[in-house]
Amino acid sequence: MSVLAFCEVRDGRCKKAAFEAITAAKKLAADLGGSVTAVVVGHNIQDDAKKLAAWGAERILAADHEFLALYSTGGYGRCLVQAVELAQPKAVIVPATIMGKDLAAWTAAKLGVPLASDCTEFKVEDGALRVRRPVFAGKALAWTHGEGEPFVLGLRPNTMAAEEINPGGEGSVEPLPLTFDPSTIRAVVKEITGGDKGDLDVAEAEIVVAGGRGVGGPEGFEPLRELAKVLGAAVGASRAAVDAGWIDHAAQVGQTGKVVSPNLYIAIGISGAIQHLAGMRTAKVIVAINKDPEAPIFKVADYGIVGDLVEVVPALTEAFQKALA
Amino acid sequence: MKIAVCVVVAPSTDTKVKIGADGKTIDMSDVKLELNAYDEFAIEEALRLKESTGDGEVVLFSVGSPATIKEEIRKGLARGADRAVILDTDTTQLDSSAVAALLTGEIKAFEPEIIFMGKQSVDYDSAQVPSQVAAAMGWPVVTKVSSLAIEGGAFRAEREIEGGVEVVEGTLPAVISAEKGLNEPRYPSLKGIMAAKKKPMEEKAAEAPAPVLVIDCLELPPPRPEGKIVGEGPEAAAKVVELLRNEAKVI
Repeated sequence: MSVLAFCEVRDGRCKKAAFEAITAAKKLAADLGGSVTAVVVGHNIQDDAKKLAAWGAERILAADHEFLALYSTGGYGRCLVQAVELAQPKAVIVPATIMGKDLAAWTAAKLGVPLASDCTEFKVEDGALRVRRPVFAGKALAWTHGEGEPFVLGLRPNTMAAEEINPGGEGSVEPLPLTFDPSTIRAVVKEITGGDKGDLDVAEAEIVVAGGRGVGGPEGFEPLRELAKVLGAAVGASRAAVDAGWIDHAAQVGQTGKVVSPNLYIAIGISGAIQHLAGMRTAKVIVAINKDPEAPIFKVADYGIVGDLVEVVPALTEAFQKALA
Repeated sequence: MKIAVCVVVAPSTDTKVKIGADGKTIDMSDVKLELNAYDEFAIEEALRLKESTGDGEVVLFSVGSPATIKEEIRKGLARGADRAVILDTDTTQLDSSAVAALLTGEIKAFEPEIIFMGKQSVDYDSAQVPSQVAAAMGWPVVTKVSSLAIEGGAFRAEREIEGGVEVVEGTLPAVISAEKGLNEPRYPSLKGIMAAKKKPMEEKAAEAPAPVLVIDCLELPPPRPEGKIVGEGPEAAAKVVELLRNEAKVI
């Protein structure tokens, strides 16, 4: 009996979410009484694969092939199905990243097994696995169970801190040979563009600096970018700012955008519509800056500043600069 | 070109969620229903595809109780879809695999070349139906597409990933799930609204398979501790940074 963790690789390196998946698998395996198998899919990934032992992987499977250098739902999915058939796990943990969500949905559908996407917690009661996942963008939480095995769990990034339990540890890697003809995969990623911008993604960042209608226009995001740079943060936005065309939809936090759980969320000029609050209320600490002391955002903010953004944001940037120097 | 669009009617995004008496479902008594936000982009993309090819049919497929969802589905017809099929079933126990099974069964008979749907419904946020329908059809799927070009039997789709954009190339038939920003959905015209009243809306009784993902209970998220206003104006900035460092310990 094992728990299988899918370890996402981008640009030849394992992502932080991959280590979180192994840590989650480790905890689940301890509760269920089993071991952790890690599976890596990509190209030239042997080095990163063997290092997964440091994070607690007891068995490591790697599908390493030129065709797998870029993502394809059908290609990666077939590799994951193959790993499931080999490891016969009771549960499969897949990071709920953009790749992971797509992959988990296809794989669970192919296997005809349950998938709970975006889980934030799980527990084992009398041998039965139950998971908690936000629904209605986080306005409610659902405890669910699956009928059928393995139970595929999408693990929301940043909800479980990865633990390197055996620093420097390396394991042996079992190859997963390609069992399909790549030419039969009809939809394939050909390239990734815009990666050179190096923008942090709001769903992955530990700190998010987000702006709303109050920033006043596209140029109003500049002071927020300065602040984000000092903090190593991602820049987010409310729906109002996105719909006004001031910033790309990729930055939107809330019900028709991304749901985020950073350590620190700084809401600037965001009034706090119910759809936005749903998307960021699980942040560990919330700071709000708004000129309206009655804005609903202050009800959820741990620390609020009432004032003019034009003055407060640069002052905050300077204060962080001093503190972090 | 025959184009299928799967749509769902869900509580509007400004719904304040209350948990029902059974502890497992949402109290729907004061809830306003509307066409799922992401499905609007799916419908629009289907209409544009039909318009660009010059002929074809756009059919909406939905699962639910006709009495509650019919008027919202009609709004999709008002935008320009040709007809709708509602699979009438008890929705209390439905999970996405059951929805996908019902939809696939019906869509197969229509024999479309492409299936559009929203990337997820705004209620249970599972984002699984597109992949499940694709798996059942034996077709490729591209999820959360924010740009799409179709020429001949080939397509080129873009999807936003963390810090970049993936360019996916493939061939039809395929399932495409729409992300916000795929297009700018049109508003229904008065003419469209009038025409929609006469467009066929078929209701079919359907038996849903048992769910594989079962909700045992719903709970509300714990309330956040009462917020506090640290101060006013730029003078408060240093105080907040100090609190973040020494009290909250996040920097």
